[in-house]
Amino acid sequence: MSKDLLNEIIQPENLVYKKTKLMTNNTLSYCPGCGHGTAHRLIMDVVEELDIWKDTIGVAPVGCSVLAYDFMNIDMQQAAHGRAPAVATGIKRCYPDKVVFTYQGDGDLAAIGTAETIHAINRGENIIIVFINNGIYGMTGGQMAPTTLPGMKSSTSPYGRDTEMMGNPLKMTELISALPGAYMVTRQAVHTPAHVRKAKRALKMAFKNQIEKKGGVSFVEIVSNCNSGWKMTPVHSNQWMVENMFPFYPLGDIKIDGEFVNK
Amino acid sequence: MAKIKGAIVVDIEHCKGCEVCIDACPTQVIEMHEQVNGKGYHYAYMAQPDACTGCTNCAIVCPDGVITVYRKKMAE
Repeated sequence: MSKDLLNEIIQPENLVYKKTKLMTNNTLSYCPGCGHGTAHRLIMDVVEELDIWKDTIGVAPVGCSVLAYDFMNIDMQQAAHGRAPAVATGIKRCYPDKVVFTYQGDGDLAAIGTAETIHAINRGENIIIVFINNGIYGMTGGQMAPTTLPGMKSSTSPYGRDTEMMGNPLKMTELISALPGAYMVTRQAVHTPAHVRKAKRALKMAFKNQIEKKGGVSFVEIVSNCNSGWKMTPVHSNQWMVENMFPFYPLGDIKIDGEFVNK
Repeated sequence: MAKIKGAIVVDIEHCKGCEVCIDACPTQVIEMHEQVNGKGYHYAYMAQPDACTGCTNCAIVCPDGVITVYRKKMAE
């Protein structure tokens, strides 16, 4: 293709996709190929499309995404480890008209913050919880997390997770779906274009639920990869995720509009 | 029939060379450049620009959001 033709195509009127302005221009602190970046962008895409950036407050967790406030160009608050749902509860009760979401990893939400998560959902707070599950403690060096699969190797389970000694992985999403305060519960992924589009639809539904003040928590789990923690290339880790994570953490909606989805 | 042509622009300095876009591209347009950017990553570029349809698949899976996509309907 000639340079002229390329210049003819690359014109503002032909623009079809550009990173949203609600993401800052800071280089993401995540490893190459990490699903966190895509998840950040999807949330900001939805906030931009619904035009609620002035009224949205995010709560960042502790973990790889502790610096989420550096990348999301909206009002953000950083919470103590695991306490994001409690902080979000406070923000939402002080400012009932604001849209509040938390963004948490599995070490934050499913380990140290289990109590806060379960009680915030049980109270039916009108917030959104975005849960990124990569089955490992990424930031601290790939240690075993509550969500690590049976037999999966990590730096603290070098021979694979032995369920007799270390217990079974925690399916947080299934667990909290039983609570009456959970209004929408879904599990998504962001490794292929089709899954990204589906995840975006789910996030949009979650934000709409909150704007329309439908009671309860909208809980969106995103199964992601951790290629550094899993010691794989990004593309290989995505394949590994499809082969190993998805049979244990099946994708799909679990609860929509407060009703269980029959499978 | 009018032909649809696409093109991508990669923010080279923010690209981390994860190669997820190569997998996502249905027409095998993208490859990693043999040169590296300021951070030492091989960056994505259009190796087969003629095949690009501007489908945006690469841009929406890019974790770092470095790809901007343009699309134009060409006259015969």
